[in-house]
Amino acid sequence: MTLALFYLFAAILVLAALRVVTARNPVHAALSLVLCFFTAAMLWMLIKAEFLAISLVLIYVGAVMVLFLFVVMMLDINFESLRKGFWRFFPVAGTVAAIMLGEMLLVLTSRYANLSAARLPEPAAGFNSAKALGKLLYTEYFLPFQLAAVLLLVGMIAAIALTHRQRKNTKFQDPADQVAVKAADRVVVLKMEAEKPAHAETDTTHTGEKA
Amino acid sequence: MLSLTHYLGLGAVLFSISVFGIFMNRKNLIVMLMAIELMLLAVNMNFVAFSQFMGDLHGQIFVFFILTVAAAESAIGLAILVVLFRNLRSVEVEQLDSLKG
Repeated sequence: MTLALFYLFAAILVLAALRVVTARNPVHAALSLVLCFFTAAMLWMLIKAEFLAISLVLIYVGAVMVLFLFVVMMLDINFESLRKGFWRFFPVAGTVAAIMLGEMLLVLTSRYANLSAARLPEPAAGFNSAKALGKLLYTEYFLPFQLAAVLLLVGMIAAIALTHRQRKNTKFQDPADQVAVKAADRVVVLKMEAEKPAHAETDTTHTGEKA
Repeated sequence: MLSLTHYLGLGAVLFSISVFGIFMNRKNLIVMLMAIELMLLAVNMNFVAFSQFMGDLHGQIFVFFILTVAAAESAIGLAILVVLFRNLRSVEVEQLDSLKG
């Protein structure tokens, strides 16, 4: 039963992965990648790694692939020119991939590796993957866990700094300029000739001076 | 009976497909990033399989950190892609030759 499910999920995963790398439209590729991650999560569920299966769905399907879809849809990319000469690389790509796959399968299936002898250990009653991983994460791996948080923060700042654009017509204060300002920049003292008011000549009470 | 070889074989197949994808999509930066994500998934598959079949939880902690790093990597990669598209009006890898390397 488990084996049949494994083969079903593995077939879906491999087909979706092939669809990702050969899709004509990147939106279809991104959607196939979502299917890939979801199927991989199901495969992990099959060997009782439920915490990572759920976090794969949450992190990848929920966040990373949505980001991919946003970028693919917002950029106005000419996909036709990107497809030009797509099959030109097929011979070398197929050869390299086939050789790599053959080598890895040779190692995995060799008698000396003896991998098929490993059996899935039956977890103890009441074993909780999330609880066990959480205990490890918050004790033994606490510093790396905090560093991962810092890494995510730095990644977020970098992504914003790279794509941020200053708008031309926004009004904003520059505190450095405000602090560095001097009185001479604000108040201008002009020197000019004193001027008599125009009605001074008719004013008899003003002074005794007669020009 | 489900064995470790099944999962490692599936990981190998996934990894080869993504290598194939990186070779085939030599022009398209977006699909190249997706192939890298697929490659990381193949690696994670191996980690989880070994961890579960050998009964050692530390492998799954490692997968957790790989997921974190991969999320940061794809966010920065996509930001670079957006900046690149603003400057070049395309995402073709072959046009990234201004360093004349």
